[in-house]
Amino acid sequence: MVYVVIIFLWTAILLYLLLGGADFGAGIIELFTSRANRHRTRKNMYEAIGPVWEANHMWLIIVIVILFVGFPKIYTTVSIYLHIPLVCMLLGIIARGTAFVFRNYDAVKDDMQKVYTRIFILSSVLTPFFLGIIAASVVSSRIDLQAGDFFSAYILSWLNFFTVAVGIFTVTICAYLAAVFIIGQADDEADRKRFTRKATYLIFVVMGAGALVFIAAWIENIPLLYWIFSDVPGIIAIILATISLIIMFYFLNRNKPVMLRILAGFQVSMILFAATYSHFPDIVLLKGGQNLSLLENQGEAKTMEALGYALLIGSVFILPALGYLIYSFQKKTDEIADH
Amino acid sequence: MSTAHYLWIKKKEAVYLDVTKAWSKGVAIFFATGAVSGTVLSFELGLLWPRFMEHAGPIFGMPFSLEGTAFFIEAIALGFYLYGWNRFHPWFHWLTGVVVGITGLLSGILVVAANSWMNSPSGFDFVNGQYLNIDPMKAMFNAAWFSQALHMCVAAFVSTGFAVAGVHALMILKGKNVNFHSKAFRIAAIFATVAACLQPLSGDISAKDVAKRQPAKLAAMEAHFHTEKGAPLIVGGIPDTATQTVNYALKIPKLLSFMATNDFNAEVKGLDSFPKIDHPPILVTHFAFQIMVGLGMAMLGLALLYFIALFKKKSWSESRWLLKLFVIATPLGYLALEAGWTVTEVGRQPWIIYGVMRTADAVTPMPGIAYSFYLFTAVYISLAVIVSFLLFRQIKMVNTLYDSSTDHKTR
Repeated sequence: MVYVVIIFLWTAILLYLLLGGADFGAGIIELFTSRANRHRTRKNMYEAIGPVWEANHMWLIIVIVILFVGFPKIYTTVSIYLHIPLVCMLLGIIARGTAFVFRNYDAVKDDMQKVYTRIFILSSVLTPFFLGIIAASVVSSRIDLQAGDFFSAYILSWLNFFTVAVGIFTVTICAYLAAVFIIGQADDEADRKRFTRKATYLIFVVMGAGALVFIAAWIENIPLLYWIFSDVPGIIAIILATISLIIMFYFLNRNKPVMLRILAGFQVSMILFAATYSHFPDIVLLKGGQNLSLLENQGEAKTMEALGYALLIGSVFILPALGYLIYSFQKKTDEIADH
Repeated sequence: MSTAHYLWIKKKEAVYLDVTKAWSKGVAIFFATGAVSGTVLSFELGLLWPRFMEHAGPIFGMPFSLEGTAFFIEAIALGFYLYGWNRFHPWFHWLTGVVVGITGLLSGILVVAANSWMNSPSGFDFVNGQYLNIDPMKAMFNAAWFSQALHMCVAAFVSTGFAVAGVHALMILKGKNVNFHSKAFRIAAIFATVAACLQPLSGDISAKDVAKRQPAKLAAMEAHFHTEKGAPLIVGGIPDTATQTVNYALKIPKLLSFMATNDFNAEVKGLDSFPKIDHPPILVTHFAFQIMVGLGMAMLGLALLYFIALFKKKSWSESRWLLKLFVIATPLGYLALEAGWTVTEVGRQPWIIYGVMRTADAVTPMPGIAYSFYLFTAVYISLAVIVSFLLFRQIKMVNTLYDSSTDHKTR
């Protein structure tokens, strides 16, 4: 049963990265869009994201619930030692959610909208940045359970070149996902061209940020290259991601939005797979070599069983409904007389 | 919202459609802020109470995982509902709205079940500081879940009902969009008043339950210092912990014994039966309890007046004084609700898991945690301000957005 739970955990992280990531990316792209085009970009974005938006947080909540029910030791260790970046990320989530609500539900449309937009964009960058920092700190062996003073226990646990580089990398991935996603939402040829250009350009940005991650890992003595290339599945994942990137370039100018989305999603899944596979079942790497393993720190058998069944039963209800929701709103909005 | 929607589909009066849409905006605002604060909450359990979660997580996680499911379904249904006008069959669309309501209620029940486990821990054996033989199902259906969940669900209807009814009553008094607001007021008021009549009954179930499981909490609620037979019910008053007496209170003989046990002469344990170190803060618990009950009674009274107006004295329902009373009652439900949570949470102290773990042992070891606390308090206050601001702007715009009697666009 523990493997069922772990698969759910991994899938929820992936879906949050993909769907939530595209959502954050929407805000990031707004930041890098010329004023003249901002309005059009936004309109296209929210036709696509609006209906699904309410569901995006749920993936993150599922991750957290799985952790505290099934793997409480891991959950508590992370939340004690990464308190500060977690709080920063939460502030980002709150600011962003609230700004989004305002943009959509404020009945009075006035200058306040500009304030909401500014908050929205800023928090769209900060939230994935801290998410990246948290993800990187978990594997960078800097969490020190024996740390004596505040600084080394609660600051050094998450602040170094590597974590910051991963933070930046996460931000670029989100922007990239959103750019690919939005291509399919374009109403006319000019928009489509504009979005395609943006996506192409972002591929290079992501690669640059990726290189930065490797350099930072080298500076911080984190054996990132070894992790990824030491076992066959990791190598295969990286090769597949590279191949799909080449296919991506082929499809970019051929008006195949769905294909592009699948490819981009595939690339990100492969990156996550390569990044997590080599540690498995360890999920948190601590200073001094002892690590927290998912298998060794699982809850009692009865708890894991109940959790596994709850997840299975939940997905029977949730997945078809969510699928139908996304399907229903994929049909172009303008075909239906707006109310 | 679904009631108004139902009336629109059945009666085809445009005003019901307007009410539905206006309310759906409110639901959306609350849901979105709720989703955000819920996300934060699931993190904060660990950020603030890691020692508690380390042991409690695997035991009482079941309702949380199910609550996640219910919340997820609610989010999906709300996506259908908000963006689904004129896209789906009317009854399917209506049904998604109903699903929003049901799953919302279900989430509430499940979260309260998790909380009630803290009051009535079960589903494990606590041996020498270790938590053994965990049974999550038993933990979920602990002894307190039913009484607490029932009380909270009814409270949700009371507080929302009175808040919504009060706002619409105010607008009727101001003479704005009277048709729209009257229809809305009627639906909200009926929900509020029916729930207000049911609440004392569920309160009675809760009282008996607390008397059995957490006698120290009951004693603190009532500021009942001395164990005695045929204990009086203490209404109001200022408890003095030094002399162990309650000053200026109205004492109704033998009623407390009856309320706690159904027997006028039964013994009710007072605070003197418990070691000082296990006493909850008496002042706060007592006052919060008095506030909750007092407000509950006030709303019950208003509910009865409203029923008389509906069935006996039709002239009353037109009258301004009844509407004014509803305006006054706008915040009462929420005040009572918060007071009630204060009773159950403060009344459980010094325990975080009743009889098993003390709150002081559960808190995070990180120094400077007070700053986190201030920060999140500020965040929640600003969320509340923001939501009120948005709702206020929605109400202000009723005139142009929703009232079909002022403009005659075909809808």
